[in-house]
Amino acid sequence: MLAAIGVGSLQEIFDRQIPEAVRLGRELALADGLPEQDVYAHLRELAARNVSAEDELSFLGAGMYDHYVPALIDMLTERSEFLTPYTPYQPEISQGGLQVMFEYQTAICELTALPVSNASAYEGPSAAAAAAYLAKLHNGGRRIVASAGLHPHTLQTLRTTAHGYGMEVIEVPLTGADADEGAGVTDPDAWAQAIDGETSAAIFAQPNFYGAVEDAAALSASAKASATPVVIAQVDPITLGILEPPGECGVDVAVGEGQPLGNRLDFGGPSFGLFAAREEYLRRMPGRIAGETVDADGRRGFVLTLQTREQHIRREKATSNICTAQALNALAGVVYLAWLGRRGIVELGELLLARTHYARETLAALDGVHKLHEQPVVREFALRLDADVAAVRRRCARQGVNPGVDLHALSGRPQDRGGLLVAITERRSRADIDRLAEVLGAAVAAEREAVPA
Amino acid sequence: MIEQTPLQREHARTIFQKGAPGRRAFTCPAVDVPEVDVSELLPERFRRTRPPALPEVSEPEIVRHYVGLSKRNFDLDSGFYPLGSCTMKHNPRLHERVAALPGHARLHPLQDPERAQGALELMWSLQGALAEISGLPHVSLQPSAGSHGELAGVLLTRAYHEDRGQTRRKVLTPDTAHGTNPATVTMAGLEVVKLDTDADGGIDIADLRAKADDDVACLMLTNPNTLGLFDPNIAEIAQIVHGVGATLYYDGANLNAVMGLSRPGDMGFDIVHFNLHKSFTQPHGGGGPGAGPIAVSERIAPYLPVPVVVRREDGAFDLDYGEDDAGFDRSAQRPGSKSIGRLRGFQGNYGCFVRAYAYIRSLGGDGLKDASETAVLNANYLLARLREHAVADGRTVGDYLPLAYGQLCMHEFVLSGGPMRRELEIKTLDLAKRLLDFGFHPPTVYFPLLVEEALMVEPTETETRETLDAFADAIAAILVEAAEDPLLAQNAPYTTPVRRLDEVAAAKRPVIRQALEQAVSR
Repeated sequence: MLAAIGVGSLQEIFDRQIPEAVRLGRELALADGLPEQDVYAHLRELAARNVSAEDELSFLGAGMYDHYVPALIDMLTERSEFLTPYTPYQPEISQGGLQVMFEYQTAICELTALPVSNASAYEGPSAAAAAAYLAKLHNGGRRIVASAGLHPHTLQTLRTTAHGYGMEVIEVPLTGADADEGAGVTDPDAWAQAIDGETSAAIFAQPNFYGAVEDAAALSASAKASATPVVIAQVDPITLGILEPPGECGVDVAVGEGQPLGNRLDFGGPSFGLFAAREEYLRRMPGRIAGETVDADGRRGFVLTLQTREQHIRREKATSNICTAQALNALAGVVYLAWLGRRGIVELGELLLARTHYARETLAALDGVHKLHEQPVVREFALRLDADVAAVRRRCARQGVNPGVDLHALSGRPQDRGGLLVAITERRSRADIDRLAEVLGAAVAAEREAVPA
Repeated sequence: MIEQTPLQREHARTIFQKGAPGRRAFTCPAVDVPEVDVSELLPERFRRTRPPALPEVSEPEIVRHYVGLSKRNFDLDSGFYPLGSCTMKHNPRLHERVAALPGHARLHPLQDPERAQGALELMWSLQGALAEISGLPHVSLQPSAGSHGELAGVLLTRAYHEDRGQTRRKVLTPDTAHGTNPATVTMAGLEVVKLDTDADGGIDIADLRAKADDDVACLMLTNPNTLGLFDPNIAEIAQIVHGVGATLYYDGANLNAVMGLSRPGDMGFDIVHFNLHKSFTQPHGGGGPGAGPIAVSERIAPYLPVPVVVRREDGAFDLDYGEDDAGFDRSAQRPGSKSIGRLRGFQGNYGCFVRAYAYIRSLGGDGLKDASETAVLNANYLLARLREHAVADGRTVGDYLPLAYGQLCMHEFVLSGGPMRRELEIKTLDLAKRLLDFGFHPPTVYFPLLVEEALMVEPTETETRETLDAFADAIAAILVEAAEDPLLAQNAPYTTPVRRLDEVAAAKRPVIRQALEQAVSR
């Protein structure tokens, strides 16, 4: 090969190209390579030092959930033909992937009741940030009005990126505990007041971070009563079989974390972000979009379309910088939705609703455990404990139960002290919930005894 | 009309056009809690009135449908995929096996750090390995892909300058840059200033000197660049950029050329992003997932996104939010913190970290260097084979498809199809489409933009000499047949599941979802 190239040695190729001053000139200080079986053993040992949802009775949620991933998803996502190609730049040999994108877009449009969807964004919070950028491109406004009911990671991501966009984030508080039965949702008066002619985007979560179902139609309507912001809802797709979809309650752009749809937890990623919108935003959407067309012989086919939005064509004028997104995760998403089917998504939603209600009532009946709010909840709910949450969680862990997310540890908000966020999936049966009640009740009691209030 | 292949006879029908009412795959677990009327739990006004029109299909139908679709894809496991700038190297299956271990795959991102020590150790080790490979000591794994890493990098640059009371508006990018560079600059609120390329394919130093002033925040550079050339003036470039107080950003898309050979940190770069799906062989998934960690120099470190993984004095691993007071409101910017904040949820694409880490442990430092050396050797060999490969009448492939710049290349090279277009009447697009009939994925085409009829070829280190020879033979064969009859290439492909597609019509009247019997609202 060297003779064909016309060099005397491999080294000569580098000597002729890389200036000596910037050559490393030593070996990388990394461990030596290992045979496959040893790498497997090492990675297995690392895995064994994690307590996964397989190892404990887990009620963790807050953005990612331990739903069952059907076996056929593993089988399909592991197929070479889906796993190993790249972005379908050559549509003639990428019809499978392109049709998957087209089907995915259809499923997301159906789920959200919005007419356009892209082929996936990275994940939930950055999809919300991408929606705020779309709003800026759409109306040139500088302000993002954001409900405090958004996931803290979404609020933080919005702040980070808004600085780049030249926008600022105005946070609208939730109604406090003193609002009695109205507690736990975006304060409607503060929301309406915060939105004015400067507002580019108004964004809330449905259900919100504390599990409460927001009055999405009222929030959308009041946002548009006196101004013209782009109304964005961050949704949980698994709830859309039973909750009014964003497209039917005045929302312009729906974003969300797609993980609940057939993607594993993976310690936080990769998953996918869903991104759907009304027709008028089509030409400003971020990311890939598959479209239908015909080939030279008139056959139905699919291509990446509206590419003049994208970075590889429009460069500094692109509507987003996104290139590689989450095609394989979106494939898992659409296969999951096909597997659930038209009836399944409703049945699953109703099951989650019933079990969540049962869990909430059962736990709130325990001594020293209270509901954080009285709003309807569908798959997750917040509690307030009369004991140190971290200590209670440690006690539960010793019994093999993870009772949920320490709200204050995640949000850092002083008012979240004592808060516990409990998530329910179809993998948590009534018996599991009863076991949680038993362990949590005992832990709270023991902690109150150990540390009298 | 040429006879249709079986795949061509299949009319594309979506999953929404299959199945029948009532058919299903999912069995819902029984409602095992006391029955309560749904309307008591969820007021009517919050409820969905009609279910989403998802497919109604059985499991065997789903499997046949998607296995059928998979057969309409070309993939890396089936054949050569020399897509320039994308580093389509083999994806070892061990990585899929270890990533699927429940201890990784079913680990919740909010599991307490003391009960996720294996995952945090893995991330910490990966941070360390990436720091060593890049020569930049501080790493954030958080960004989701290369372009997300770029956004982090430009925001870091802004934060760095703003911390010094400076508002610098301009970012220099060469005209050969990936499209994500200028797109990112705009999203980060700065302005793109293009730099010319000199006759050797590197940055035009005179142009750089003229444009480098104290309003420049950053120079974004790929090295080797998108022409596959290592910029020989890199030290001088770094000196000029640092001389005006700007930062130097390294687009890591081409890192596969220099692992263990030359490090961005040693070249003078302040910020680098890695594409774990390129150099570190995370499978490309048909367009993701990827991961775009960044590594930075000391002066940029205070601004890194949070959290990062740290090792405490007692040896345990933890997530560090850079806080001193646990009462801090994490949804607000921490007072006194210089971090740009968070770019996404949780800790990043951990599943990609597992695979990248497995790769680095499999190869070791030696193996990574060997990978880069072989990638460069393969690219130069293929370049030489093409240059010399006879076409007809004493002409070679190199006469029709000359190298755009330089003599040698790093891990990829860019040919110009200009002479081919003029002499054989076929465009680079035609050559690419005809390659499909020969069973190859074409190179990247029409990029970089400054090369006429560009073809960007990146063979990677995992291809055999026989494959490279076969590819060169195919290119030569296409040129031979074009000399006889250019229509053959102009109308290609013939054997693919569909033939050339009308992209203009698709964009003019976009149909981006399956029309269903129930129209969704507008």
